[in-house]
Amino acid sequence: MLKLNNIEVVYSDVILVLRGVSLEVGDGQIVALLGANGAGKTTALKAISGLLRTELGQVTRGSIEFDGARLDRLGPEAVVRRGIVQVLEGRRLFAHLTVEENLVVGALARNGNLRADLDMVYQYFPRLRDLRGRVSGYLSGGEQQMVVIGRALMAHPKLMLLDEPSLGLAPLLVAEIFHVIRQINQREKTAILLVEQIAQAALAIADHGYVMETGRIVLEGPAQKLRDNEDIKEFYLGLTQLGERKSYREVKHYKRRKRWLG
Amino acid sequence: MNWDLFPQFLATGLLTGGIYSLIALGLVLIYKSSRVFNFAQGHLLMVGAFTTWWFSENLGWNVWLAFAVAIGVSALIGLLVERVALRPLIGQPILATVMMTLALAQTLQGAAIIVFGAYQRSLPALFPIQPLVLGDVRLKLNLALAFALAMLGFVVFVFFFRFTRAGLAMRAAAEDHQLAQSVGLSVPRIFGMAWAIASVVATMCGVLLANISGVELNLSIIALKAFPAVLFGGLESVPGAIVGGLTVGVIESLVGGLPQDPALRALHLGDIAPYIFMLIVLWFRPDGLFGLKRIERI
Repeated sequence: MLKLNNIEVVYSDVILVLRGVSLEVGDGQIVALLGANGAGKTTALKAISGLLRTELGQVTRGSIEFDGARLDRLGPEAVVRRGIVQVLEGRRLFAHLTVEENLVVGALARNGNLRADLDMVYQYFPRLRDLRGRVSGYLSGGEQQMVVIGRALMAHPKLMLLDEPSLGLAPLLVAEIFHVIRQINQREKTAILLVEQIAQAALAIADHGYVMETGRIVLEGPAQKLRDNEDIKEFYLGLTQLGERKSYREVKHYKRRKRWLG
Repeated sequence: MNWDLFPQFLATGLLTGGIYSLIALGLVLIYKSSRVFNFAQGHLLMVGAFTTWWFSENLGWNVWLAFAVAIGVSALIGLLVERVALRPLIGQPILATVMMTLALAQTLQGAAIIVFGAYQRSLPALFPIQPLVLGDVRLKLNLALAFALAMLGFVVFVFFFRFTRAGLAMRAAAEDHQLAQSVGLSVPRIFGMAWAIASVVATMCGVLLANISGVELNLSIIALKAFPAVLFGGLESVPGAIVGGLTVGVIESLVGGLPQDPALRALHLGDIAPYIFMLIVLWFRPDGLFGLKRIERI
């Protein structure tokens, strides 16, 4: 379905951010993209959605294909029309619009039955039905995250790019959001490319995973296999082999900052 | 002030204010969607009035037909201005766009002189010229009808923003350009639409004013009255534009009507008073009366 082929991304003509990233999302799959801050995960999503252009970034090498057609020369509106919607990091809302208006904006690029679409979103997030007349800027963090995912859902995307839906949310809410993400994937057959810092939660619902570091993919595999990978356990899940708490005093500092490519 | 004349001054002020608020609406439309303060709004207004004059005088058309065609032409001018002058500046520092609208003002002024000539012209009357007498108050009927038309325009725009898809898209784009693009809205197209509508509104004002004071290059100066109106109404607010415009009209008329000795009269206090009032309002409410406050959750 989606195929990134060895892409390179440059900002402002000089700053090389992604170097040779290849990844693939199959029909109806959930794919997790993991990595530390600054690894280039968000940039990879923006390269797909075309939003890179709004930030003076450019795909300078490689290709991005979606259902057989090239995406990397299209602007963001054209990408949305082809069925890819990115949910930006940090729960970005149209803060002065109401909850329902925010959702309707998500469907503006497409002509569809608004009532039915709203009902679908309210089924996934019943709380939003009660809040629909409220100005969205004043909602709590979890509610705002529901609005932005609901807004993306209004476009009936074939592929949703989710950028850190767990950011700054309480663990219980994170579990709730991830539960809904999986439901959306199963019922709407929406493929999902999920960027996350909480590797455990992401790998629990994903089919496949990639790990990025400083602009490269350094590890990939089926989610189950990644969950069992020693390095992932140690660096992302904070567990040792025995499943015990790790004491960082015992780790030599050069080992702590291990590079995957070593 | 002679208090017997108070209702007269108040009514005249309100009616003139109606036209100011329509000019303010044009400024708000562009600022709301693209964060550009359009210093050329007055010049769009002047060009609109001249276009109407040209169609009615040169081609001998009925003035209402000329008005309608000029509205169509001004929509095209708005689109063209956005495409040629402002789109290349998206994402550039705000000062660049401000300078661009100033340059645009000069360009429109120059173009109007070349195309229409620097003479004062007059339009055939849109409305019958006769006084409207309400009790003690005598009003110009054409001013009253212009006011009514301006208010009708407002109702249409409020409806447009609240209930139409295009209106919602414009409100969304106004808040966050990148976010609007991420949900598939074409932000450049929305800017184009904002400029087209603002240009149409300017032409309406231009013709309504020209009908009272004649068609001349100086019509563009009237936009200076709309600047305090939008600033204390709030730059993003359609209701703010109405309230601001009416307030400026009333203050100007009442202060201008105060009995003054000739030396004071030379200061044109009526013209200055709205600005002083604006400064006081901004002191207490920096976003204007109805401007959007930044929503910040802690």
